[in-house]
Amino acid sequence: MKPIKIYIEGVGIIGSGLNGWQSSQPVLAGTAPYIEAVIVIPPNDLLPSAERRRTGLPVKIALGVGCEAIANAQRNAAELPSVFASSAGDGENMHCIFDMLANNGHEVSPTRFHNSVHNAPSGYWSIATKSMAPSTSLACYNESFAAGLIEAATQVHAGSQAVALIAYDSPYPAPLHEKRPISSPFGIALVLTRDQTSRSLAELEIGISRKHCASTPIAIAQLETMRLGIPAARSLPLLAALASRTAGNIVFDYVAGNQLDVAIRPTGP
Amino acid sequence: MRAGQSGLARCDFLDVDLDTFIGRIDGLEDRPVRPDLAAYDCRNNRLAQLGLEQDNFSEAVKSASERYGRERIGLFLGTSTSGILDTELAYRRRDPQTGALPANFNYAGSHSCYSVADFVQQALDLAGPAMVVSTACSSSAKVFGNAARMIQAGLCDAAVVGGVDSLCLTTLYGFNSLGLVSNLPCRPFDAERNGISIGEAAGFVLLEKAAAHSSPDTLLLLGVGESSDAYHMSSPHPEGAGARLAIQAALADAGLTSADIDYVNLHGTGTKANDTAEDQAVFNTFGGNIPCSSTKGATGHLLGAAGVTEAIISALCVRHGFIPGGLNTRTLDPSLKSHYLLQNRQQTVRRVLSNSLGFGGSNCSLVLGQGLKR
Repeated sequence: MKPIKIYIEGVGIIGSGLNGWQSSQPVLAGTAPYIEAVIVIPPNDLLPSAERRRTGLPVKIALGVGCEAIANAQRNAAELPSVFASSAGDGENMHCIFDMLANNGHEVSPTRFHNSVHNAPSGYWSIATKSMAPSTSLACYNESFAAGLIEAATQVHAGSQAVALIAYDSPYPAPLHEKRPISSPFGIALVLTRDQTSRSLAELEIGISRKHCASTPIAIAQLETMRLGIPAARSLPLLAALASRTAGNIVFDYVAGNQLDVAIRPTGP
Repeated sequence: MRAGQSGLARCDFLDVDLDTFIGRIDGLEDRPVRPDLAAYDCRNNRLAQLGLEQDNFSEAVKSASERYGRERIGLFLGTSTSGILDTELAYRRRDPQTGALPANFNYAGSHSCYSVADFVQQALDLAGPAMVVSTACSSSAKVFGNAARMIQAGLCDAAVVGGVDSLCLTTLYGFNSLGLVSNLPCRPFDAERNGISIGEAAGFVLLEKAAAHSSPDTLLLLGVGESSDAYHMSSPHPEGAGARLAIQAALADAGLTSADIDYVNLHGTGTKANDTAEDQAVFNTFGGNIPCSSTKGATGHLLGAAGVTEAIISALCVRHGFIPGGLNTRTLDPSLKSHYLLQNRQQTVRRVLSNSLGFGGSNCSLVLGQGLKR
């Protein structure tokens, strides 16, 4: 099986203590200390205010990281197909619906209902960016980021010039949190391209293998805890390699004994 | 469908107090999943299991597995609500002191969006790449695209695609809150249509790489087209602009023109806005002569399982030279211009285009049938 070759052209990140690609790079590269902090979502006026008020945290995170990655790649979001990957979508919103169904005589708020679909961030993204390009929304439990990366890579392989991959997760409140703990909100976005450009940051070669070796950790202890505590943060070793501009191989766990092998090689100046 | 019978009946699901009709699969309540996969027991996975038991499907997958290797068969399934009925019911049984959910509630095996693919992968003893697509009502149409791309990239040789969605309170009360649930069996394209009827289904298709010289009666996935409305979360683009893009993309992917299609299987949900938007998309692409119908009068709206169910119906139309007339519709809406069939037809069908249009403006069209003799 021949690996799929793609390029990373832009990155966006929002996480505890990781607010934006620019300021996160030294932390991920290990040259600046990691300091835990609440997430900061940059203001975004792409959505009309009526729509913006209705959105939950995952939508705000997805839009935030997506816009950052696209700006870094100097691309037009309206032209890019998008792949959204999340273990579970909007936990707070689902909790409210379950609460309403159990306690309030079966009334569900219409806004809560339309925000309950797994593709809500994708829907808001297409409205915000006026993009009529294809968009998909995937789930693969803890391996949702790996699934998203494969899907984006196959889209590029099938002929797309550039694809936006947006992975995000947010915690459930109690009582669901005990059954499905996700430690904190997190989102990353990558603009992945078919051809190398002057803005390319790295070349990736992606394949699936069954070697049963351990997934690649991230050296910084607090970030390793984050990696294991949030499905979308399984992406951190890739971002660390990107930030430190080192070539190497990164192994991601995938499903049914499969692993995603990603060879990364920095490009550009 | 030949007999013109609908599976819709007055809502008798749990304690739901809505004046509506549903397509409920009988007997799921008494058919737990097989014992070795008991951790996945929930209505949605029970429905998946029942689906896998039909039409020798599991045997066909086993045979493909022997030919290609279990790790070379991908699994791409659509669902909108997975097994969240378990969570809905667990919230009724929270501990009065602590608020905790019952100890036997298992999130990963039921509610989790990926649960259905995890379950089906183990039930079929497959070990290839897998994922769930959850884009509301287009989910199990879009998985055909995932599978085609994965096979094209060499990451698998064959794929099981499909969709499973089961009745739950969130969708019944949620669609009701939007005023989109009909009090009668749904009547797509009727002048007096007033909403959807919600159904449940599991559908699966085994896709293999097409041989260079397939026989004329081999059923082919000819094209997949996807688009976004970029308009509204729960209303379609009023002129059907997104749907039209998806239709055109599917035709382009298939290397076909609108004249090569013999029947359009509509999404046709039976809401005022959806049918109006889709009618414009179809009329503006195909004109007013091509036969069209929605099969939702028979099945109800199967949400995340609608795409694959209608793809299977489309394949049967080709195989049997049959076009189903839409059920329940009495008086066609005179403002709609597409050629909506009310009676079954027996005629040669070489290629079908099937639409799936979902919340969030997620559109997918599939072209299935025989290749062109070029």
